[in-house]
Amino acid sequence: MTVLDTELRPPEPSRGIVFWRRYRRNRAALLGLFIFAVVVLMALTAGFVDPGDPLRRAGDPLTAPFVDMATPLGTDQLGRDILSGLFYGARISLLVGVVATLVAIAIGVIIGALAGYFGGWVDDVLMRVTEAFQTIPNFVLLLTLVAILGSKIEWITLAIGIVSWTAPARMVRAEFMSLRNREFVDAARNLGVSNTSLIFREILPNALPPIIVYASVIMALSILLESALAFLGLGDPNYASWGNMIGQGRAVLRTAWYCAAIPGIAIVLTVLSFSLLGEGLNDALNPRQKQ
Amino acid sequence: MIEQSPILEIRDLKIALPEGSDRPFALDGLNLTVKPGEIVCMVGESGSGKSLSAGAIMRLLPEPHVHVAGGSINFLGEDILAKTDREMKQIRGNRISMIFQEPMTALNPQKTVGWQIDEVLKLHMEGNRAARRKHAIEMLNRVHIPDPESAYNAYPHQISGGQRQRVMIAMALSLSPKLVIADEPTTALDVTTQLQILKLIRELQQEDGAGVLFITHDFGVVAEIADHVIVLRQGEVVEQGAADQVLNHPQHPYTQALIASVPDLAPPPPKPVSTLPVVLKGTGLKKTFAAKGGLLSGKRKAVIAVKDLSFELHQGETLGVVGESGSGKTTVSRLVTRLLEADAGAVDVDGKDLLACSPSELRGMRKHIQMVFQDPMASLNPRKRVVDLIAQGPIVHGEDPEKARARARELLELVELSPAAANRFPHEFSGGQRQRIGIARALAMEPKVIVADEPVSALDVSVQAQVLKLLADLRDRMNLSLLFVTHDLRVAAQLCDCIIVMQKGEIVEAGVTAEVFADPKHPYTRNLLSSIPGRHWTPPVRNTDAA
Amino acid sequence: MKLALPPILIYSLRRLAQAIPVIILIMVGTFLLLKLAPGDTVDALVGDMGGADAQFIERLRVEYGLDQPVWVQLWRYMEKLATFDLGWSFVYEQPVATVLMDRLGTTLLLMATSLSIAFTVGVALGAIAARRAYSLTDNVISTLGLIFYATPSFFLSLMMMLLFSVKLGWLPVGGIKTIAGFYTGWDHVWDVALHLIMPTAALSLIYLSFYLRLMRSSVLQVADLDFVRTARAKGAGETRLMFHHIMRNALLPVVTLFGLQFSTVLGGSVVVETIFTLPGLGQLAYQSVIQRDMNTLMGIIFLCSIIVVVVNFLTDLLYARLDSRIELA
Repeated sequence: MTVLDTELRPPEPSRGIVFWRRYRRNRAALLGLFIFAVVVLMALTAGFVDPGDPLRRAGDPLTAPFVDMATPLGTDQLGRDILSGLFYGARISLLVGVVATLVAIAIGVIIGALAGYFGGWVDDVLMRVTEAFQTIPNFVLLLTLVAILGSKIEWITLAIGIVSWTAPARMVRAEFMSLRNREFVDAARNLGVSNTSLIFREILPNALPPIIVYASVIMALSILLESALAFLGLGDPNYASWGNMIGQGRAVLRTAWYCAAIPGIAIVLTVLSFSLLGEGLNDALNPRQKQ
Repeated sequence: MIEQSPILEIRDLKIALPEGSDRPFALDGLNLTVKPGEIVCMVGESGSGKSLSAGAIMRLLPEPHVHVAGGSINFLGEDILAKTDREMKQIRGNRISMIFQEPMTALNPQKTVGWQIDEVLKLHMEGNRAARRKHAIEMLNRVHIPDPESAYNAYPHQISGGQRQRVMIAMALSLSPKLVIADEPTTALDVTTQLQILKLIRELQQEDGAGVLFITHDFGVVAEIADHVIVLRQGEVVEQGAADQVLNHPQHPYTQALIASVPDLAPPPPKPVSTLPVVLKGTGLKKTFAAKGGLLSGKRKAVIAVKDLSFELHQGETLGVVGESGSGKTTVSRLVTRLLEADAGAVDVDGKDLLACSPSELRGMRKHIQMVFQDPMASLNPRKRVVDLIAQGPIVHGEDPEKARARARELLELVELSPAAANRFPHEFSGGQRQRIGIARALAMEPKVIVADEPVSALDVSVQAQVLKLLADLRDRMNLSLLFVTHDLRVAAQLCDCIIVMQKGEIVEAGVTAEVFADPKHPYTRNLLSSIPGRHWTPPVRNTDAA
Repeated sequence: MKLALPPILIYSLRRLAQAIPVIILIMVGTFLLLKLAPGDTVDALVGDMGGADAQFIERLRVEYGLDQPVWVQLWRYMEKLATFDLGWSFVYEQPVATVLMDRLGTTLLLMATSLSIAFTVGVALGAIAARRAYSLTDNVISTLGLIFYATPSFFLSLMMMLLFSVKLGWLPVGGIKTIAGFYTGWDHVWDVALHLIMPTAALSLIYLSFYLRLMRSSVLQVADLDFVRTARAKGAGETRLMFHHIMRNALLPVVTLFGLQFSTVLGGSVVVETIFTLPGLGQLAYQSVIQRDMNTLMGIIFLCSIIVVVVNFLTDLLYARLDSRIELA
């Protein structure tokens, strides 16, 4: 009379579909996805919208927005088109955000995985190094690295990666410490699987969801760090950047506040989209935490 | 006259689940009555809705997602469902109180035991601090906590699991409630502690004349404590009646099947195995979990998990390792598979010492000794398909991946799963099914020995019976040698030819199961055996053709 | 061997001992950064003097020990740091330590005000949002949190300046006090407070949102735990649950975050101090980068690290006080 235990449940839809269904439930996350898509689109179409150099003079200096259709969002004190700067700035922000995040996650995963998996003295040494990095105020370290390496965009990106890896390292370490004693890891080890495979094939895929969610946070922080550098005039002068535009706009804040406000709103919306995206990913990837 | 009227009367109670659940009602048409001085046991497997009924009586359901959709709950003639929140606060903890399953998590880790007992008194009792304190200490005394004064000032993490549950009971009974709801109060405890707690609940309830609604999944516990039994399945009552009636003459086929799933305490007839070759031999195994510490990381006491353990497992034999938590039995399973490094000793598998192997030799040797793990949720990598999980071992050991996968599909059939299971992920299976997959994974390596670490302890009793039957079948057909670690003496009796009884890392008794059960020599073994819940009750033999 | 020390002292000593390797690593790190930077002390010195002949430069190198092997240089460098000798600033023509001490007070004041506001307001709003989860109040608080979180402090600073200084004229646009004011007593305090309002707001809002979000999710999580259900079954009301059972447990991760994030807040002061021309360590760091004053920059890193270590130590003590599960000894 008991239901036989061996009867299978009906098959579940594929992971992608389940993921999207869960993601879709969070309306704010959908908004985040939309803004994110717009920013990506801006970065991709920058060349079409304004094929010239965004740093060239495009009209009379300090034209207000919606006055001249050639420069719809106005111009700054050097006559540069703000709309065009916005589009090209999206490129730099996304580029720096993505690459710096990849650098930070890569370092964080390697250090965190080794520390969490092996424990003992490996953990002790790596965690002291992590703490040392965490102890130095990250923006001061970033300034120092930029002072030493120079202001080229590649170096700035690398430097942002270097000052951002500690939090993911700690997180990966914690994930590994809890996962390494799970029975499925013991089971694989008992099958004769090597340490490298255990780390990368068994544990890492299971540690990924929180890392992916956290990547959206690092991405947002990287964009903030880059824009702060550019604001202070320490960014790469060869590229249009939102932070730099705000920095320039500061000089004309009294008369033409829109020069600073427009790129500022762009940063706020972009960073906001990443946080919303992160929340949506969290809902979709860690369903047990839903309300 | 009050004595005769029921304390709790539930009529046709319906609890609705949120939309999109597997069924519309968690509980559909529950009727029950609890009289003064009576213990009513509500039994059912997981998902039967038994815990939600407790929530409904306390009016602590996670509303609005889960809510009462119909019926009535009368407590001392008053309608609970019509009470205001304010009135309910007066009733909770005062006239109806609750004991929960996990004594560790049910107590606030940041407050002392005394503070938490005092909270109930403060909320419902007149009287100053000194009077409340006196009453609390008295309660700790009544639940037989040694040194109540110091327990009063202790934090929950500083006392043992059994004592924590005593504290919970002291808290629940401190105001002599008319109704006590106990939700699986002994499930998280060891068997000897469980019996003490059951006795304690009985004792206090008789002193106070309270009614008890006791929720459990364990028929042994039912046999131990129940006056009246209600059997639930999927939110519906399938049978209820006096304990003796339901336990010994179950009417409903589901009850009959459940009771038939309870492992018998009669061990199998001893097999003449000692002449067969020894496939696994442990000699002088030792493991101490080192004292961490010194200046940098704080001190923790060294724990001796296993000291000087030796045993032999013969070809085709099942050797049970039984003991309570902290006995070192799980450590044994990790030592013989070298998932933990032993401090001393030898493990001979097929004549070769596993513990002396170099790391690369070890990986080769691993195919001879495989393991089935305890937690079916945790022992399968959630990101791998079933076929890859089963084929992984052979592939690591150099088998052609295609062949290994074909073999994996055959193994699925062997463990009675449909081949359609092969391409699914672990989360799509029930606990019992996952455990079958775990068994298939172990068998794929064609090992000389299988070590099973509590393989059925996380399963419902009916599923447990099916998995145990599968293990026994496979063992007989394939002549497997099993090292079977369990805390459940009923399960050990069912499956093991010989057993080792462990206490605090040492073997206190070893021998043929039937002999140990019939005539335990060591006092600890005797204590264990006499603590088995419902040991005086022999489940009725079911009509074999009823299924 | 039984030392009769109180447990809290043993715990403190252990925590301090753990910080030593971290400080040594930071010393080595700043040394490496100095080596990586183009030009050394002698280059700076010679530049300062306006040039010298090769022989003299060589003599200076020997004098400064720059001809020694790297290990010896490192050892000497660490010896100097240990006595808080941070070298000479060629920009300010003063010992670095003196320059730093002049600036330390302003930064500490800014940190103290911003963090106490961020922490208390963040925790309070987070708790309120969680208690009324998914209501209008919660939505407003959570949305504000998201926006604060996404607003870069320099942008917020500019917009506040625009509003409060340029348009409304309520608040001074920068500096720590009115230069020609010569205020004393309470007038001075009031003057400094007025100057600190915008920097404090700019620095604290983003961290406020961190604490708010963490506190909200932490309270929601703790509210789901078994012991809260137990307390409810005892007949405790919602207010009692919140204050006696949930808050203390929910605060623990927030305190941890506070410790972890302190160094980030210190870094954030660079931007805010620069914008509002506050004479603190952050502004100094920015100027040192612009002026290539590596000695001062390394001095700032070292001093900030010490401050962070001290603050982390204090948060650890606070955590141990809050969490009774931590055995001190």
